[in-house]
Amino acid sequence: MRKDALRGLALEQRLNTETVDVTLPVREPPAEIGRIHPISQVVDELTAIFADMGFAVAEGPDIETDDYNFTKLNFPESHPARDMHDTFYFNPKPDGSRLLLRTHTSPVQIRTMLAQKPPIRVIIPGRTYRSDSDQTHTPMFHQVEGLVIDKGSHLGHLKWILQEFCKAFFEVDQVKMRFRPSFFPFTEPSLEVDIQCQRDKGEIRFGEGEDWMEILGCGMVHPNVLRNCRLDPDEYQGFAWGLGMDRIAMLKYGMPDLRPFFEADVRWLAHYGFRPLDFPTLAGGLSN
Amino acid sequence: MMKFTLAWLKEHLDTDAPLAAIADKLTMIGLEVESVADRGKMLAPFIIARVISAERHPNADRLRVCMVDTGAGDPVQVVCGAPNARAGMKGVFVPPGAFIPGKNMTLGVGKIRGVESRGMLVSEFELQISDDHEGIIELPDAAPVGANYAQWAGLADPVIEINLTPNRADCAGVNGIARDLAAADMGKLRETSIGPVEGRFPCPVKVTLDFGTTPSLCPAFALRLVRGVKNGPSPAWLQRWLVAIGLRPINALVDITNFITYDRGRPLHVFDAAKVHGNLTVRRARDGETLLALDGKRYALDPTICVIADETGVESLAGIMGGEATGCSETTTDVLIESALWDPLNIAQTGRKLGINSDARYRFERGVDPAFMLPGLEPATRMVLDLCGGEPSEVTVAGTPEVPARIIDFPLTEVPRLTGLTIDQREVERVLGRLGFSVAGTGKNLKVTVPSWRGDVEGKADLVEEVVRILGVDRVAATPFDRGEAPRKPVLTAIQLRTRKAKRALATRGMVEAVAWSFISKAQAELFGGGKAELALANPIASDLSDMRPSLIPGLAAAAQKNADRGFADVALFEVGQVFRGDRPQDQLTAASGVRRALAKATGIGRSWSTPAGEVDAFDAKADALAVLAAAGAPAQALQVVPGGPPWFHPGRSGTIQIGPQNVLGHFGELHPRALEALDAEGPLVAFEVILENIPQPKARATRARPVLELSPFQPVERDFAFVVDRTVKAADILRATQSVDRKLITNVTVFDVYEGEGIEPGKKSIAITVTLQPREKTMTDAEIEAVAAKIVAEVGKRTGGVLRA
Repeated sequence: MRKDALRGLALEQRLNTETVDVTLPVREPPAEIGRIHPISQVVDELTAIFADMGFAVAEGPDIETDDYNFTKLNFPESHPARDMHDTFYFNPKPDGSRLLLRTHTSPVQIRTMLAQKPPIRVIIPGRTYRSDSDQTHTPMFHQVEGLVIDKGSHLGHLKWILQEFCKAFFEVDQVKMRFRPSFFPFTEPSLEVDIQCQRDKGEIRFGEGEDWMEILGCGMVHPNVLRNCRLDPDEYQGFAWGLGMDRIAMLKYGMPDLRPFFEADVRWLAHYGFRPLDFPTLAGGLSN
Repeated sequence: MMKFTLAWLKEHLDTDAPLAAIADKLTMIGLEVESVADRGKMLAPFIIARVISAERHPNADRLRVCMVDTGAGDPVQVVCGAPNARAGMKGVFVPPGAFIPGKNMTLGVGKIRGVESRGMLVSEFELQISDDHEGIIELPDAAPVGANYAQWAGLADPVIEINLTPNRADCAGVNGIARDLAAADMGKLRETSIGPVEGRFPCPVKVTLDFGTTPSLCPAFALRLVRGVKNGPSPAWLQRWLVAIGLRPINALVDITNFITYDRGRPLHVFDAAKVHGNLTVRRARDGETLLALDGKRYALDPTICVIADETGVESLAGIMGGEATGCSETTTDVLIESALWDPLNIAQTGRKLGINSDARYRFERGVDPAFMLPGLEPATRMVLDLCGGEPSEVTVAGTPEVPARIIDFPLTEVPRLTGLTIDQREVERVLGRLGFSVAGTGKNLKVTVPSWRGDVEGKADLVEEVVRILGVDRVAATPFDRGEAPRKPVLTAIQLRTRKAKRALATRGMVEAVAWSFISKAQAELFGGGKAELALANPIASDLSDMRPSLIPGLAAAAQKNADRGFADVALFEVGQVFRGDRPQDQLTAASGVRRALAKATGIGRSWSTPAGEVDAFDAKADALAVLAAAGAPAQALQVVPGGPPWFHPGRSGTIQIGPQNVLGHFGELHPRALEALDAEGPLVAFEVILENIPQPKARATRARPVLELSPFQPVERDFAFVVDRTVKAADILRATQSVDRKLITNVTVFDVYEGEGIEPGKKSIAITVTLQPREKTMTDAEIEAVAAKIVAEVGKRTGGVLRA
């Protein structure tokens, strides 16, 4: 008994000398410091949404031919529609042809249709380029397109998909959309889509309000485009849509300006970036 | 951009619809309204008033205290600073509470230098109707006091601006817009066609189309002389409309052509006949020819450009802009009116080449109605006769306006096939009929004739669009999209998956993801192994964004330095993105790269009490590179690390990761001091770059089941060894030698200490390793362990010259 007591006393004495200052800070875990760029996060969000609807992800090269970027997409030679794209060109080849930086992700539609047989369901995220630079334009930006080709998909399906997409992406129960006829050389009929929103002191909320905001362009794939991809437009049909990925990231997450996306300012990235383990899933919520 | 006023529209459209409904309908049928400037609404509080008296302000020489009769109640006291404010004049008054557009503020009641002012007399600038802010508006005596100024001045007509899509040349005229609105039930299209004006004499100027053996750039050209005109300012209504849409009234003859351009989408040109020498030839310009155009600029011409020339030379840029020398002025008495067709492609090319954006180019490059070339002369002639008098000649025509007949087979089922919307034939006929199409046949055999002004309508899909846009896209019901029977499979390719994993892996290591431009400066591209001619942009937006990047490192290093310049020295950045080895699709590769600067170590960023502060070194970059490779699925066992890397790395502090010399996966290390200098960046800075495509694709496995797990019941044994070797000996060689002694028994070998210095001979180093032995059959005896240890010492000695440290 006495021995035990002595041992206890000795232990107590020892423990009394063994103190640490537990208020000393430990290093922040690296996973708390690292950040995923909003563009990467949005690509993962879009992939999750569209994978659920049966869409694969297609990609293509940034350096394209005039044929894939314009001609096969039914842009007539020298037509004013080409003027809408301020194109970056490379120097002409000996044969006079010249490559360019793709002005949209649409050439990947062509590549996909030439490479695989319908049914086709893909989304196409990627970098795009236009020689334009001011407060709201950067010479490089990101687009994401969708393409469906089969024997029966029509405008009604397109409307439904876009509604589902907007609800899922902006994480709202309802979103009111307005489809306006428009013009793109590679779709016919062509539509532009506005979503209803409320703007309040720089903050934008979707699913309510009185304002309309243009968000994407879409339409039924033009018969000439199908023909250019060796598909018979009387047998096959489908639709495509495209939107600015930087723009929807800005709308969803409230970045006021585009330029900082490409400036790698760690303060901006720490604020608007995403923690590496916040992986967007439909099960856990896109932005959790 | 297409602009018009509401009153102008109503010349073509019989409608009672309110402005808002018209604007909304325009947008919903594909003529997107960019803006509606309703000045009548904005200027409603501004009324015509008379200044009864204007006395000098008691406290300010430049100000006047005016008593103003506003037509309602007692005179109002206004303090006014305008030099032209005086008793008896009429001007424009606005009471407190009104918004002043030119000042972007709401007017209040105020005291100005101690005298109360209960309103304001305004300038044109303050109303934003002109740039004139010299003085307040002065109105003629006839202006009725108390009346709404905007109404009285004709400013109340709302201006509508449409963002016209490039396919709709027909809506570059107000009548085309009216036709679309009428089709969409917004009113009735008014009949506005004007019958031919009879010529009294032959046109004395002859026109020849002369393209020699080259392709013609002018299908047809019509010309008419009106002689004995009296040119002068055009009437007030015409001037108001032109001003409202942003054009400057010049004189009646010029204003008439501008009016017809916007009214009918038919550009015309007028020559002063007295200044035209002899007959006209339409031809290609010759090298060396120039033209002083109506915009006051001189343009150098060449044979790709189509011109109209007289016997002395070029007088007009065909379809784009006239020449200064033959322009119409107030002294013009004989006028030649031109209506022609031009090759749209050539107009677009010439316009772009010369940098001219004119209303004529805008319409011709989109394609004008070929059937309206001749009829388009008639309203213009009629207006010239009405406004300037004179005597018209007959019309002379060179060439023939070809009006292609287009009949489209349009089975009614095409509408539901492409839209899901079923529409009966009557509705289709009604919509297309009002748009000017004619429909024959029934059901599956419907045939639709396209009107001459709709060059954009080529096939069935275009007709579907016409029907749907006019009926309203709202009628197309959202239809659930079946994801189909296809099994759920991964939707990402191997590279996409690697990309996504690489990003998350690097971010969990405390690195922050950057997205940099795909182009960098030529100097930087060359420094990092790029700079090929085929990857240089012909029209870069800036000289430092001229070449496609061969590596992500220059962009990241520059970004790290920028952050350092902002006061954030310890940064760890990464990017996963495309690099370019050539201009073919297969030359575009996906790199995962990162840089760490200053104290941004993988083990923790910045200083901390718990770990000694250290600067980043090659091993931080090596760890990052290996982490990416592991995340992206590279076979860890197969990876070799060999010293040295490409020239932009420090030769002694960099390494290459490879699977045999033929397959290099990446590099890591300190950047070369010269590379840092060229990037204008300060070290310490380490970097890595891994090419995701170079990782071998693992073999597809038939089952997801893991191999059987074998757990030995016997305890593993650890033994430490310290070898003294030459400084140049690589640790990897010692590890490999050790491992080779018994691949089964030795399950792990790690380096736990590297030492140079006191106690070790100069030029030598000590490397200490721990070897783990895992027996599987029985527990190892001391003798067995010693035997293995001796073999290890012997093998390391044989392969590296290493001896056990004393």
